[in-house]
Amino acid sequence: MIAVEHLSVSYGAVQALRDVSFTAETGALTAVLGANGAGKTTLLRTISGLKSPVRGSIAKDGLELVGRAPEDVARSGVGHVPEGRGVIGEFTVEENLRLGALASKADLKSGLAEQYERFPVLGERRRQHAAKLSGGERQMLAMARALIAQPSTLLLDEPSLGLAPLVTAQLMHTIKDLCSSHSLTVILVEQNASSALRIADRAVVLHVGRVVADDVASVVAEDENLRQYYLGMVE
Amino acid sequence: MDPILTSRIMSDVLGGVTNGIIYGLFALSLVLVWRSTGVLNFAQGAMPMFSTYVGMVVFAHYFGYWPCVALAIAAGFLLGGTTERLLVRHLYGKPEINPIVVMVGFLIVLESVAAAIWSSGPHSLPSPFSPIDFQLGGKPIAMSRFTLYEIGTGVVVMTLVAVLFRLTNLGLQLRASALAPEVSRLLGVRVGRMLTLGWILSTGVGTITTILVASNFFTGLTPQVMDGIFAFGFIAAAVGGLESPVGAILAGVGIGVALQFVGDYVNSNAIILVALGILVVSLMVRPNGIFSPRSTRRV
Repeated sequence: MIAVEHLSVSYGAVQALRDVSFTAETGALTAVLGANGAGKTTLLRTISGLKSPVRGSIAKDGLELVGRAPEDVARSGVGHVPEGRGVIGEFTVEENLRLGALASKADLKSGLAEQYERFPVLGERRRQHAAKLSGGERQMLAMARALIAQPSTLLLDEPSLGLAPLVTAQLMHTIKDLCSSHSLTVILVEQNASSALRIADRAVVLHVGRVVADDVASVVAEDENLRQYYLGMVE
Repeated sequence: MDPILTSRIMSDVLGGVTNGIIYGLFALSLVLVWRSTGVLNFAQGAMPMFSTYVGMVVFAHYFGYWPCVALAIAAGFLLGGTTERLLVRHLYGKPEINPIVVMVGFLIVLESVAAAIWSSGPHSLPSPFSPIDFQLGGKPIAMSRFTLYEIGTGVVVMTLVAVLFRLTNLGLQLRASALAPEVSRLLGVRVGRMLTLGWILSTGVGTITTILVASNFFTGLTPQVMDGIFAFGFIAAAVGGLESPVGAILAGVGIGVALQFVGDYVNSNAIILVALGILVVSLMVRPNGIFSPRSTRRV
């Protein structure tokens, strides 16, 4: 479980997050939605320790994350798939996965086998440089690299960015599947609100750094005001 | 008698390979720092010079050659690590000119301090192997026990670096930290330690190179001993590609052989001009170096 309380984050004079509070439950998928500049990516970067908050706390199963270095947050079981995927193009698929496995004490061989079973295309291309993969394959690799460390929390930043609708649908299905089968705490940041709301258990809507809605995903999905004014979902 | 082995051409090739191994090793030390921290270390020659003085001159009163070599390398590790922690770490993310100016300043400081402590005259180091050329059919070939020591050391160091980078988890983390520091941190890699380790390794490799150069009977150890090597090693690193350890080594050997022929068949004064010519042409044709990938670094 991730509990965010009264979190405020600034970039100089610009306040990116203002008194943000919400809870992402274990085994549930929490979607964080909002327009560009709402503070979604900043929220994930703050949870994973890349950005320090001005005030507030972030607790993972009771463990305070604020003040910890990103590598310590990662080693505490938080996997972060950043915006743009962050796969290392100069590395082969397998080297990317080996790197991901370093944060875990789990057996590398079984970890690789598990990821290749989940994403067969990665097994077929294990010796290829990641730069040669398609956008969808890179996203799979980024996910597999985070999962091979066996995290208890997964932060996903715009995983559908640049993907074809069919690939996005498959990806969302995989995310939902992972969340329930591994009892993962998943925080999914998405601009594609309709795709995210379809699989989310809960949704937090940010607007200019503030939480304007925090409710069950189906309730958010049916709220006309939220859909129209904050999520850009016009019928 | 084998006329090929004793021929002038073969003599130039063997001499060139020996020099080229030195240039390649030094280029490798430059590449290690560049790849791990994005800093072009202009004190890369002075730092190992200093650690070589510490190991090979200070401790020479108490120990033999090989313990002194080990102590010099240990001093190199220490100097590389502390330089990164105390000096270079504050320069990351600053304008590119800042680390250049600081490292040039550090070069001057180290050379001045070394001259003040140990004098600027050459210290002859004991040579562990004979520099006298082997004879074949009564004729010398450009190869001695000492040159075999140089080549063998170069090959061993290059192999160890390649194994470290390609086959170990530590090497994987070193490469990842250089290529994608933020992503590496998100994956639990302690990037700060990796950057320090990059400098430690680099100064260690540089110290081994300096010991090889200074152990040569004709060179000796002076505060400026690596200045000339820096120029040719830098050219090798730029021609091979600052991103490519293999490229740096191959370019070093290639340049070593080419310059040996220039010195023998043209004029020894033309060596530096030809070296700079190779650099200019290479930068015009392949600005990132011959062996660096054409693609951008990050995805």
